[in-house]
Amino acid sequence: MAWFRKEKKPRQPKGPRLEIPADVWEKCEACGHTDIRENFNKTHNVCPVCDYHRRIRAIDYINILLDDGSIEETESDLKSVDPLGFPDYPGRLKKALTNAGDSDAIITASGTMEKMPVNLGVMDFAFMGGSMGSVVGEKIARLGQRSLEKKFPLIIISASGGARMQEGVLSLMQMAKTSAVLSQLAERRIPYVSILTNPTTGGVSASYAMLGDAILAEPGAVIGFAGPRVIKQTLGQDLPEGFQTAEFLLDHGMVDSVVHRGQLKQTVGQLLRHMSGKPAATGWASS
Amino acid sequence: MGTSALEFEKPLVEVEKQIEELRSMAAEREINVDAEIAPLETKLGELRASIYKNLTPIQRVQVARSPRRPFTLDYIRLAFTDWIELHGDRAYRDDPAIVGGWARIDGETIMVIGQQRGRDTKENLHRNFGMPHPEGYRKALRLMKLAEKFHVPVVTCIDTPGAWAGLGAEERGQSEAIARNLLEMSQLTVPIIATVIGEGGSGGALALGVADRVLMLQNAVYSVITVEGCAAILWKDGKSPEMREKAASALKITAQDLLELRIIDEIIPEPPGGAHANQEVTAAAVGEALLRNLDELRRLKPDKLVRRRREKYLRMGQFEE
Repeated sequence: MAWFRKEKKPRQPKGPRLEIPADVWEKCEACGHTDIRENFNKTHNVCPVCDYHRRIRAIDYINILLDDGSIEETESDLKSVDPLGFPDYPGRLKKALTNAGDSDAIITASGTMEKMPVNLGVMDFAFMGGSMGSVVGEKIARLGQRSLEKKFPLIIISASGGARMQEGVLSLMQMAKTSAVLSQLAERRIPYVSILTNPTTGGVSASYAMLGDAILAEPGAVIGFAGPRVIKQTLGQDLPEGFQTAEFLLDHGMVDSVVHRGQLKQTVGQLLRHMSGKPAATGWASS
Repeated sequence: MGTSALEFEKPLVEVEKQIEELRSMAAEREINVDAEIAPLETKLGELRASIYKNLTPIQRVQVARSPRRPFTLDYIRLAFTDWIELHGDRAYRDDPAIVGGWARIDGETIMVIGQQRGRDTKENLHRNFGMPHPEGYRKALRLMKLAEKFHVPVVTCIDTPGAWAGLGAEERGQSEAIARNLLEMSQLTVPIIATVIGEGGSGGALALGVADRVLMLQNAVYSVITVEGCAAILWKDGKSPEMREKAASALKITAQDLLELRIIDEIIPEPPGGAHANQEVTAAAVGEALLRNLDELRRLKPDKLVRRRREKYLRMGQFEE
């Protein structure tokens, strides 16, 4: 038995308590910094403490890059089918449609960026890991076609584990299909900017993602042909620190620049102005 | 056939063994056993034909990967003449997993490029099991551009488990090397014919596979991912025969499947018992198919050739709207 016992006294709140519902709190996956969602949203979901670029949805990137009020989604009615009768594919598709929306693994849009008309495709990792099947290939092909017709620059933001294996070789052929479109753009000297986000691997990195006239990458994004797990398995050894990150690719000459999400729009704008013979944006002419 | 026989070829090995025993006995005792051997030979032929007529997808994977199958250099030796190999990407090194050079078919110069596997361990280490590094793909592209410069058609042989997944390959831009080939092949102004001779493994195969005509040997396979990889990712089991079989069927990787999906243009028949049963006959069939397709493609003007090639790839894919 204790000699002394602390007298239990209910603590008196010093002032009126700020009520914040539990579900508005978010936590940085990298450093654990906790803040309300609104604050994360203000920085485009880049952690204010450690600068970790958190995963955001395709629609968020569209809102970051395109001018307010200019956005028009294109090719929104393309739907994946199950061409091979692949086990569980219809079920997985249904689940993805419910959880991630009905744009498949890429949203394509037309709009203006710093008042320049552009066509923008943004992959959505939430839809079956951003996997590229026939719909992704067709949407990119049609978006590229729009760029060809109007001579508007093309921008694609990638986030993908690679080809969608449930569509077999048809998925593989989307690599050739998208590359064929890009060769037409190149021939007509229409600028194409590729932006790599976390992760960009497999058939996506080995086709349109690495074919930009400029290739930008978000800080820390994992980018590679084979995923890190596959390489680790193949080699039976641990991978060096920072292997296959955006910064690693920059060091090895594979991307033009690693760009902070907050600077993405003005960087792409600057590049497109250079490549399409437009004058510098206000404030850039003299610096 | 001996030790490298595949599981489903075991009945063939049995009959071969019987014939062999009869022969050695005959030689020992100096007697004639032709009368005994003849029906066994017939039986062997029938058995081989019936086994190979009904191969399942996973069995075709095994056949496609067999070290006894003819490789790129075998086709070069058997179907072409005047071969001279060219080496290196002019930037980093020569990748032995891809071979390429000038050759002739029916007297006309072509540029031949293909992945090269090895027959034994030593050769496989040298060839990295036919899994190219970026410099291999860059060598291939250099040779394609060279062919274009001199208006010479390009013939590729596809035979790889996939592009190499390793540190150096990533550092030197495996993705970029493959992507570059896809883009450049879609605008090359000379005819391109690709033939899948063994295993067509994913992007590492496609990097030599964007072509005006894609041919495929009867027992070759072509897939977006290895059956093991597919089974491991989807069913967490890449090792068991059941799951590998399931993946092999589901992925639709046989020549017949891909012809129906209009991914490939033509199936080149193999002799009973597969390409390895008679390399000469197989190489002759490949040569005949190449020559016939080349004759057709040579008639097209460069801009029409490129336009048709692009249109073909732009049509690929199935979806709903």
